[in-house]
Amino acid sequence: MSVILETRGLTKNFGGLVAVDDVSFALQKGELLALIGPNGAGKSTCFNMLMGQLPPTSGEVYLDGDRITGLGPRQIWRLGVGRTFQITATYASMTVVENVQMALLSHNGEIFRVLPFAHRMYRDQALALLDMVGMAAQADRHCAVLAYGDLKRMELAIALAHEPKLLLMDEPTAGMAPRERVALMELTARIVAEQGVSVLFTEHDMDVVFGHAHRIMVLNRGALIAEGNAAEIRANPLVQEVYLGGGTVFGGAETTDA
Amino acid sequence: MQRKTFIKGLIAAGALATLPLTAAAQDPIIIGEINHYKRMAAFAEPYKMGMELAIEETNAAGGVMGRPLEFIFRDDQGEPGEAVKIAEELMTRDGAVMLTGTILSNVGLAISSFAGEKGYVYLASEPLADSLVWAAGNPYTFRLRSSTFMQAAMLAEAAAKTNATRFATIAPNYAYGKDAVAAFKENLLKLKPEAEFVAEQWPALFKIDAGAEVQALERAKPDAIYNVTFGPDLAKFVRDGTDRGLFDGRDVYGLLSGEPEYLDPLGDEAPEGWTVTGFPWYDLEGGPDGEFVKTYQARYDDYPRLGSIVGYMTVQSIVAALEKAGSTETEAIRAAFEGLEVDSAMGPIVFREIDNQSTMGAYVGTTALQDGKGVMVDWEYKDGANYLPSDEEVRALRPAQ
Amino acid sequence: MEFFVAQILTGLANASSLFLVACGLSLIFGVTRIVNFAHGSLYMLGAYIGLTLMEALPGHFGFWGSILLAGIAVGLIGVVIEMLVLRPVYRAPELFQLVATFGVILVIQDLALLIWGPEDQLGPRAPGLRGVFRIMGEPIPKYDIVLLIITPFIALALWWMMTRTRLGVLVRAATQDREMVGALGVNQAWLFTGVFALGSALAGLGGALQLPKGGADLLMDFTILTPVFVVVVIGGMGSLPGAYLAAIIISVLNVFGVTYIPQSTLVLMFIVMIVVLMIRPYGLFGREEVAGEHGQVGEPEEPIKPASAKVRAIVAAGLAMLALLPLYGGNFALVLTTDILIFCLFAASLHFLLGLGGMVSFGHAAYYGGGAYVAALLVTWTETPMELAFLLAPLGAGLIAIVVGWVCLRLTGVYFAMLTLAFAQLLWSLVWQWQEVTGGDDGQVNIWPADWLNDNTVYFYFALIFSVGGILTLRHLAHSPFGYALRAARDSKRQAEATGIDTRRVQLLAFTFAGFMGGLAGALFVFSKGSVFPNELEIVRSFDALIVVFLGGVKTLAGGVVGAGFFKGVEDVLTRFEYWRLVMGLLIIFVVVVAPEGIVGSLRRAWRRFGPGHSQADTATEERRT
Ligand SMILES: Nc1ncnc2c1ncn2[C@@H]1O[C@H](COP(=O)(O)OP(=O)(O)OP(=O)(O)O)[C@@H](O)[C@H]1O
Ligand SMILES: [Mg+2]
Repeated sequence: MSVILETRGLTKNFGGLVAVDDVSFALQKGELLALIGPNGAGKSTCFNMLMGQLPPTSGEVYLDGDRITGLGPRQIWRLGVGRTFQITATYASMTVVENVQMALLSHNGEIFRVLPFAHRMYRDQALALLDMVGMAAQADRHCAVLAYGDLKRMELAIALAHEPKLLLMDEPTAGMAPRERVALMELTARIVAEQGVSVLFTEHDMDVVFGHAHRIMVLNRGALIAEGNAAEIRANPLVQEVYLGGGTVFGGAETTDA
Repeated sequence: MQRKTFIKGLIAAGALATLPLTAAAQDPIIIGEINHYKRMAAFAEPYKMGMELAIEETNAAGGVMGRPLEFIFRDDQGEPGEAVKIAEELMTRDGAVMLTGTILSNVGLAISSFAGEKGYVYLASEPLADSLVWAAGNPYTFRLRSSTFMQAAMLAEAAAKTNATRFATIAPNYAYGKDAVAAFKENLLKLKPEAEFVAEQWPALFKIDAGAEVQALERAKPDAIYNVTFGPDLAKFVRDGTDRGLFDGRDVYGLLSGEPEYLDPLGDEAPEGWTVTGFPWYDLEGGPDGEFVKTYQARYDDYPRLGSIVGYMTVQSIVAALEKAGSTETEAIRAAFEGLEVDSAMGPIVFREIDNQSTMGAYVGTTALQDGKGVMVDWEYKDGANYLPSDEEVRALRPAQ
Repeated sequence: MEFFVAQILTGLANASSLFLVACGLSLIFGVTRIVNFAHGSLYMLGAYIGLTLMEALPGHFGFWGSILLAGIAVGLIGVVIEMLVLRPVYRAPELFQLVATFGVILVIQDLALLIWGPEDQLGPRAPGLRGVFRIMGEPIPKYDIVLLIITPFIALALWWMMTRTRLGVLVRAATQDREMVGALGVNQAWLFTGVFALGSALAGLGGALQLPKGGADLLMDFTILTPVFVVVVIGGMGSLPGAYLAAIIISVLNVFGVTYIPQSTLVLMFIVMIVVLMIRPYGLFGREEVAGEHGQVGEPEEPIKPASAKVRAIVAAGLAMLALLPLYGGNFALVLTTDILIFCLFAASLHFLLGLGGMVSFGHAAYYGGGAYVAALLVTWTETPMELAFLLAPLGAGLIAIVVGWVCLRLTGVYFAMLTLAFAQLLWSLVWQWQEVTGGDDGQVNIWPADWLNDNTVYFYFALIFSVGGILTLRHLAHSPFGYALRAARDSKRQAEATGIDTRRVQLLAFTFAGFMGGLAGALFVFSKGSVFPNELEIVRSFDALIVVFLGGVKTLAGGVVGAGFFKGVEDVLTRFEYWRLVMGLLIIFVVVVAPEGIVGSLRRAWRRFGPGHSQADTATEERRT
């Protein structure tokens, strides 16, 4: 197997706070890799650096062996990376299908066209994507009225629009009912299996993580403290301390330190 | 309600059909008047009162050509674009035979351009811009009031008679201010080539930073100061300048500063000893101007401002033109205005054929305090005819027709 | 050296009123997020009320008492305004309230004229403070010295209030995070009223305090407005120390400007503002503005669809009626309709920017007036044929827009708005001052259309084709991929960028195109009037468009055009009456209060509720609430 995404010594400081501390890992092609850790561990910050939303303080990111550090989200997206956000980012004034069409328009380099009606373009493709995430029935609803879980699924459809080779999913199941969560992760696993997409995701729901991830990394206070398969992670004493002994909040973690 | 007007309309139409001649004879002659009644209320109101007085008198004396004179007064908000729209309405919908009005030069210029293009007669009553009759002049636009150039020339003449050589100027930073300074310089240098201008201050209109301006003027140590600021700027300038002793031992020339519109708000802080153009209505006795003041006060229980007499003279000029024309056709009125002689409230004036500017003059005098109010003393009425450039110069200024 | 010191003292004294008025505005903005255009009117009221009181109350006590009382009175007026006008519209879309405050300006203008008459009033002298002190030999008016001593005390008192009292704690909390105030168990409505009253009182105080240096006149509301906005923006919106520092910087710089570059009086302030915002995008002490963080975005916009066949038929019928106007309307109807059409295009161009792009420009007149001037100058100086000048005008305006947009798009929200305003003012100053080329205030005259167009009917068709064409183009753009990308950039920059959309480029293009269309309107204007003056570049012109867009409904496609048509028509009727500003102001306030979504938005809502097929719509609204 070859490596699709690799980071070397990725670090981010916010003033005095080291949000991500010397993180190095590699993601294999076709792998479903989970990045877990308590609140404030630095997961989202890590994602932001991978996708180019934040420049790292130091360290490098490689995609398919090419260095992509310092590129913006637009360029990284064009290289075949899609992402979903922890707090959904959607076009609230559009319908569900239009949200997806938007990504398709961008992918096909047509956003500067002024003549055609946008709502007719790539509609079928968008509907197919929505169908894949189980949202086809809601395609023409105003996305501002959707339930949060539905928004998350719509975001996934958007992220899949340009057939990415790598998908970054920040808490994809947050705000969903337990049954929905399982369904969404099954869908993700299927996409990985069928389309050969590699996925890096973060998640707080351990059932989801242990049930689907091929491999798991644990981040605490910015640093990677463990890595392995589900069984290994469960058995890891450091992880147990972080999750069970120390509570799941950053502040709590601090007290365990003392 | 609807029906009533409809029936009324029918009756009127019937009356018109049966008695066309009498109806036409009683139809008023309509003049369209456009002004900034809200934006410049302090100026427009006395002006309008002056006009109304003259209209009443005209109609009491049997109107013009046997027809009553009627003015439609419209507010343009001080916007040139709006004024042009209203001018169009007055001429094409309201049946006005000619246009008059405006105080602000830009609005006057807009109407003038419109009138020239569409072939309507426009008598610019108050706007001062020189270009109105010169650079941007046209055959359809006439101007009553003595222009910036004329009044500045009067002050320059007074300044040339003193020993002062170092002059400083302060004028609002826009077209009127710049024209006023340029005209003063031109006329002064003609009369006194050794004069030198040591400072030029350009406060933003109505945003003067008086303390700073006074300091800057003081620093230049001029012998004399030429002031063009007016309104709230003038009040601030006078107050700060007096406090800081700027005017002590210096000649000051104030364009328009002696007009009641500007002098009266200063109350007992009106500057003393400035040479100004203005309107000393309190001193006017006998003569047509004295007559005017008397009737005005009797009619309104208020004293006239400069605007009042300009408004009055505007109507006088229009009446004279209509009577000379003997018709309400535009071309006839236009032709009548050319070289029109009017026995106005300021004495005889002529609308010059060469540039359509009237020879209305201005009162030049010295300011003083009397009973806690600023007044003009030792004043003299200067005939505008003597303060205009030579005919060759005027011809060069006016666009070829 | 002496001169230097004297200048600085003068500058500090000038800063006094400016600071008071500015910090009132800043406070109000910080807490309520209202951009209070009526702040200058409150300042004017302070001056007039102070003056009236001073005439009644003699002596030292009378003078200083009057100033205090004027402050209190204006504070109470502020309470009334807040409760009657603003409170009903806090939930409206961001910046909607500024429309209400604009209505207040009109009302106060006419009321002041009614009560105090048209004449300028000279302020009374402070008792015992006539004349000067000599400082290092330089004369400084005594009152200036008093002002520059008491201002820091007032500033300190405010600072104490903000840091040491419960009200201050609440105000600061609200400035940082509105939700928090609710969490503190405070009645938000009363906090807003209180702050609005305090801000108003400060404006009134500022107006009364400057009396001995000037007086009261009916133009002072607008005169103070620009410098105050500049000070607030430079200081950082919501920051008191910022307002203080900025007031001093502006005043002192101005004094030096007057001395060393006397011609700079118009532009200096705006250049300082632009420079400061380039270096510190949120002012000296301001915080980053995150759109919507203050719960001010209102409901999300609804999805758009190209008009249905029925609507198209109705619009086509309407256009046909319009096209037949020369058959049944008189000459003046043509002229008036031409005016309205031009204004509709201007408003539509701003609406495109504001509605679809979410970019609030306070300086859109720059492109309208800019286009008009480009055409006029070409005609005057190069004798360009009218047809060519007409086509080049929008290009020129677009060029201006591309430059301004390129700079301004570094900022967002209110700061973006203020920077666009600064550029518009800069352009206005340039035109106003560069008399040799632009004619200054005397403008450009005799700019008439070519002979074949020089007839009211023909020009009406000309304007009809270009206005309607422009409006339909703008409308079609909304449905095109570009329009969608623009909305995407507005709705979620994060998602747009993460899906390959260059939001800055999209926005800059939109900004440029809006400028282009504004310029087209300007070109239509100049040839219809035959002249153009700096008025067409003024703030007031920008506000005109802004107001009608909001009143028509920002979050609808037709809002700009409907608002423009409606208000231009109403204005034509109202200006025939004496107190039309009062009526117009009340009408604006009325529309704002009863139709917070604008005319079109509120009609749409009413249609949903009461029109046919309302049951479906009901469920849709139900869903949105959940
Ligand atoms: N822009 C920022 N400026 C300053 N600090 C930040 C910024 N973004 C994140 N942080 C801090 O960095 C740390 C890591 O935050 P991050 O959002 O990456 O955590 P997370 O692991 O995603 O947490 P969660 O599970 O709650 O999403 C936190 O302490 C957070 O407060
Ligand atoms: Mg996170």
